[in-house]
Amino acid sequence: MKRSWYASPYALWMLLFAVVPLLFVCWYAFTTPEGAFTLTNFQEFAKPRYAAVILRSLKHALYCTVLCLVIGYPTAYFLAGRGFNHTQSLVVLILLPMWMNLLLRTYAMMTLLDDNGVLNAALQAIGLPKVKVIGTEGAVVMGLVYNYLPFMVLPIYTVLKKMDYSVIEAAEDLGCNPLRVVTRVVIPMSLPGIVSGITMVFMPAVTSFAISTLLSNGKLRLAGDLIDYIFNQSSNPNRWNIGSSFSLMMLVLILISIGFLRKVDPDNEGGGLW
Amino acid sequence: MRNSRGVRTFRTVWMALVLIFLYAPILVMIALSFNASVSRSQWTGFTLDWYVKVFHDPSILGALRTTVEVAVIATVVSTVIGTLGAIGMHAMNTNMANVLINVSYLPMTTPDIVTGVSLMLMFLFAKVPLGKWTMIMAHIAFDIPYVLFSVMPKLRQMNPNLYEAALDLGCHPLKALYKVIIPEIMPGIFTGTLLAFTMSLDDFVISYFTSSDMYPNLSRIVYSSTKLGVKPTMYAVSTMMFVSILLLLVLINRRTKLEDMG
Amino acid sequence: MKKIAIILLVALLVGALSTAALAEADKPFAGTELKVYNCYDYIDEAVLDIFEEETGIHVNYLNYIDNEALYTRVSTGAEVYDVIVPSDYMIERLIKEDLIAELDLSNIPNLENVLPSLLDPTYDPGNAHSIPYMWGTLGIVYNTEMVAEPITSWTALLDENYAGKIFMMDSVRDTIGLALKTLGYSMNSHDEDELAQAGEWLMAQRDSGVVGGYILDQAKDMMANDEAAMAVMYSGDALYAMDKNDKLAYVIPDEGSNIWVDGMCVPKSSQNKEAAECFINFMCRPDIAQMNMEYIYYSSPIKQVVENLGEEELASTAMNPTDEMVARCEYYNDISDVAYLYDDIWMDVLM
Repeated sequence: MKRSWYASPYALWMLLFAVVPLLFVCWYAFTTPEGAFTLTNFQEFAKPRYAAVILRSLKHALYCTVLCLVIGYPTAYFLAGRGFNHTQSLVVLILLPMWMNLLLRTYAMMTLLDDNGVLNAALQAIGLPKVKVIGTEGAVVMGLVYNYLPFMVLPIYTVLKKMDYSVIEAAEDLGCNPLRVVTRVVIPMSLPGIVSGITMVFMPAVTSFAISTLLSNGKLRLAGDLIDYIFNQSSNPNRWNIGSSFSLMMLVLILISIGFLRKVDPDNEGGGLW
Repeated sequence: MRNSRGVRTFRTVWMALVLIFLYAPILVMIALSFNASVSRSQWTGFTLDWYVKVFHDPSILGALRTTVEVAVIATVVSTVIGTLGAIGMHAMNTNMANVLINVSYLPMTTPDIVTGVSLMLMFLFAKVPLGKWTMIMAHIAFDIPYVLFSVMPKLRQMNPNLYEAALDLGCHPLKALYKVIIPEIMPGIFTGTLLAFTMSLDDFVISYFTSSDMYPNLSRIVYSSTKLGVKPTMYAVSTMMFVSILLLLVLINRRTKLEDMG
Repeated sequence: MKKIAIILLVALLVGALSTAALAEADKPFAGTELKVYNCYDYIDEAVLDIFEEETGIHVNYLNYIDNEALYTRVSTGAEVYDVIVPSDYMIERLIKEDLIAELDLSNIPNLENVLPSLLDPTYDPGNAHSIPYMWGTLGIVYNTEMVAEPITSWTALLDENYAGKIFMMDSVRDTIGLALKTLGYSMNSHDEDELAQAGEWLMAQRDSGVVGGYILDQAKDMMANDEAAMAVMYSGDALYAMDKNDKLAYVIPDEGSNIWVDGMCVPKSSQNKEAAECFINFMCRPDIAQMNMEYIYYSSPIKQVVENLGEEELASTAMNPTDEMVARCEYYNDISDVAYLYDDIWMDVLM
């Protein structure tokens, strides 16, 4: 037996449980419940509510990505620099929540921010008025940032860590001030990491599910919630087809982002996709 | 880089704030799992009652069993399939291997919700009732790439002549596989196994779409309870899940460090 | 002496054996596993323990969020259940789609304990497919300290004085239904125009910013904790919240509302129909119904339980609405032929 045959169970499994299911999504997206070819499932998206959900998803994912970049870049920069005694432990600490279940993180967030939660109890204890966070856009964006921040830090950190510091020193020796060093040297050199980070935050944020519903008391639902609703609650006889066409659109959106990523960062320097 | 005192202070404060942001919710949740009161705003004393309750709640225990069962089965199967897959691809010509590797990127780049929906559609189409086994199939599918990508680098590091030498010396290919190749790539397999297990324990979205209320896993139970108001027993469950994933990661980390040194 | 001891011992052993045998005969379904699929927090689980002990049947108790989720599960055949507890309109739909079995009422003698007013309902003539489990109404719970005037109308839900403190239900039929009622239509409207108006009412309410959220059971905790001024709720949840917070009141608005019955049914696909009927019969036993009601706070359909109610409970709108209040309420009917309209509106409101 040739050694390459060892890969056959792998190929079979991936075909059956990764490729074929996606073909099912495509199939349902372009057919009626009776199985005839149609494009009407996509016409459904002319309805204003879908545009509203998609815009809302894009908007919140965008806020989330920008905030993650603003918070994450300096964090990655400081981590990659020399100056902390236990950098390694710090890196682990920052990346650790990435491995924590998304629901648990959101659940923890709810606990902290609820009207009668810990934050408000603390505010009251020091004589400040309560703030209403849960149920607002702020809570949703905060929840998304909380969930995806480590995905921004990791690729930027990876790139910065590999950066050749002699270039920076050269710039400094040539009389560049620190701000210019950052804007003219460090940021351009870490661009692959930034692009990778943006993709790694934006992609899951735009397709996120449950986080927004939970943190907004059901008022702000995103694309993922819509997909869940269509498949699990809707009584529309076409629900599998409409749901599939919506899922397919999300998938295409993601593939376009990945194509973009590959273009800016062809060697995948930004720490890969996971 | 020459840093002024101001920059250093800023850096320390910044990192402290980021860590507070990341850990405050988790720490609060852990603290509340030991709070005697149901209220989230009052601390009325230390208790282990919620943990005791968890271990007397048949639905939570059932979910715990499902979670562990699924993770163990999925990990074992995906370790075998993934390792063999890596070995096989290593022996292939590059073009063929590249195609197969790209297939592995598929579950990693597809949004979880689309993966979940696609598997659900397939199972329902095939009239396979959603339950524990469908969840296991799905978990194996998303676990395999982690094993594959942990084993591949080890194979590349391996001296290719070793295997050939074993064959030349009359070793049966299968025997050469487990006498020569497997021991060489063992660290990679181990890392892959741990990663797969962690990902499996951690998953919510894909499990949600490929399982049913009949065999809920822990995250599904947490999800249902968020819709129905917060219960302290859920803090206890969450804390235990967090701690077990933490322990697994420490294990993985030590493992990779040992490898780096070795 | 020794002989007597041996005889006693033998008698004891034989006795033990015969009672064991008797017990076996008493438990014809011992060892069966029964899958009961019910709403979250909708049973006193201690009742299940009693049932298991008495019958030897093992109950696998599972939960769903709402009727629509239940329907999706049952209709796709994703799973097989033995007992389900859908609401009236869903029962009607499940009968129509031939998904639930006709009950053998001779296996459910305790049916005679059910209040006559709830027997032979329009959604299931002759109780051929369903036995009432709990019943109640839909109404508004409000905090009498935060809300100055007593509420009498659904339009209170538009009051901008309580912006952000008014909570609606994350439930298609109830939320669209109350909007229909407010506009003077039936909660079972099939009329596209009426439904469109209801949708506009709900969207105007949403856009005015008064709605604090579209949620389910969290509302009872929020009301109990003074976090919300008013919330649309089932009477049973209202009773729970009112028990925790004295300032709360429950009202069935003047425009009318929904009266509902949740019934126990056996899906066609069940392999354990007789054991399932045994379970349904058990749930209608007065002592069990009493226990269950005390735990979940919903109104029980069992006569003996109602007769045991205290004076305060008898006077409670939520527990025991007057005939006049019931008269202005309607049951939901199956609207599955226009479900897509409801769905459309609901997605517009929610998304």
